[in-house]
Amino acid sequence: MTQLRNSAFTGTNVADGRAAAVPATPADAAQPGPPLTGAGGPPANGWSPAGILANGWARLLLGLIIPAAVLAAWQLSTAAGVFSVVQLPPPAMVLDAAVDLLQRGQLGQHIGISTQRVLIGFAAGAALGLVFGSLVGLSKFADALLAPTIGALRAVPSLAWVPLLILWMKIGEDSKITLILIGAFFPVFTTVSLALRHVDRNLVEAARAFGLKGVKLLTTVQLPAVVPAVFSGLRLALAQAWLFLVAAELIASSMGLGFLLTDSQNNGRTDRLLLAIVLLAVIGKITDALLGLAEKWAVKRWA
Amino acid sequence: MTAVLSSSAPETSLDADAGATTRTPALAVAFRSLRRTFGTGAAAHTVLRDVDFEIRAGEVLAILGTSGCGKSTLLRATAGLDSPTAGSVDIDGTPVQGIDSRCAFAFQEPRLLPWHTLQANIAIGLPTGISARDGKAKVGRLLELVGLTDFAKHRPREISGGMAQRASLARALARNPGVLLLDEPFGALDALTRIKMQDLLLDIHRAEPTTVLLVTHDVDEALQLADRIIILGKEANAGEGAAPGATIVRTVHVPGGRPRDRGSVELARMRASLLETLGVDSR
Repeated sequence: MTQLRNSAFTGTNVADGRAAAVPATPADAAQPGPPLTGAGGPPANGWSPAGILANGWARLLLGLIIPAAVLAAWQLSTAAGVFSVVQLPPPAMVLDAAVDLLQRGQLGQHIGISTQRVLIGFAAGAALGLVFGSLVGLSKFADALLAPTIGALRAVPSLAWVPLLILWMKIGEDSKITLILIGAFFPVFTTVSLALRHVDRNLVEAARAFGLKGVKLLTTVQLPAVVPAVFSGLRLALAQAWLFLVAAELIASSMGLGFLLTDSQNNGRTDRLLLAIVLLAVIGKITDALLGLAEKWAVKRWA
Repeated sequence: MTAVLSSSAPETSLDADAGATTRTPALAVAFRSLRRTFGTGAAAHTVLRDVDFEIRAGEVLAILGTSGCGKSTLLRATAGLDSPTAGSVDIDGTPVQGIDSRCAFAFQEPRLLPWHTLQANIAIGLPTGISARDGKAKVGRLLELVGLTDFAKHRPREISGGMAQRASLARALARNPGVLLLDEPFGALDALTRIKMQDLLLDIHRAEPTTVLLVTHDVDEALQLADRIIILGKEANAGEGAAPGATIVRTVHVPGGRPRDRGSVELARMRASLLETLGVDSR
């Protein structure tokens, strides 16, 4: 809280500085009671939300408030006996389950295999999405030829593929990775093909006037121009990859976080079930944050 | 040892004046019964018709005309960015078919790639097959020519409009073009920057005397820069049933060497006359 208050003060300074330079700054609007005041919160002479959002650490702390509140509510409700242990075990039990699985060497295995499946499926699906998205986005012929088929395949719900994939590829890594690949393909394909159609015609014409064509034109002008769109497609694809991972592992697997979910359900181990959900949330958020960092860099570099 | 020396010597000297030896000579351009119609059937719309004109190698030709009269279409046909419905554009005696590597184009907007430095943007104009070292040296010389050496590593969004337009000009010059095509390159600039850019263009033409086709709507600019001026427009005495589309309605030879005195009485008189042809009263 001390840190939060410190940053609140610097935030005030920044906001005041701006207000002095530009009279129209809505510093006054930000003055009334801060929304997150705890008992004996910051002084009432005001800090602005904009000021706090400019500070990375303050931002992080702000983002952790709701998870902390949920954790507290979880702890309090279980301690008060609102839920039975089977319905909702207390946080400490979930932590114990994690330590237990870790000591048996199973936790690392579950996380490792799930992450591996997601990364391989995501990489392959995104690569294919980029290739087909480029084709359809750049060539009217490819668009007419491929777009209807890809659109129809896209309409097939993800789980509908599972029986067929298992029939064709057996219950191994191939069928799971293929399912994740399908999930990761479409967001990238759609964003890339749409973005390529809206690349600034003037830039393309200028490059053509200087003799650029084909792959060289694609890599010099068209792909760099769609980098921001590609990254938003990639982030969607990564989220889809995790979604499809759980679908694949729920149905047929002997390892992984999705397996941990079904296995715990069958054995009545709600603590492990909750652990799997928390892990999916945390790992999914971490991979998305990493991709977000790459996106930040790429947008700065290419836009 | 002597043999080695003598065999390597010519190569070194070739490298040393690579800039001079790779220069393409200025090329003559001819429009031959050029016609351009957009659309077909009832929606057909003829923009240009019966354009016949010859531009000498090394000449600066200004193309004047009211907005929408086909000035840019004529220029785009020369670059091969657009193909005429009938007739042809000949460069150095051979017709233009597709994007023509003998031409270089500078557009009204700079059209620089925002993710590249100015240096890299100018390098896009380099002719194919030039070695990396020669290319780098040439880009360096061009940056110096347009006064952007200090901004070589800057991105287009970090510089002013006039500077971006200078970079665009340098990119076009990197081709060693036989024909330099300028489509209202200074039209979007403020008056003062425009005059500076016109002087720069004259410097460039002195240093690399290529053929220049300059589309402009600025009569003063045409008078300042061009050897000859053509005006595109509808023929004045054509009746109701006249063929649609613009053609060359007037050709003017601008006397005197460059740079010209912007306040000269003779240019003022020509200016009034040109404006009259364009349908504007000069008073």
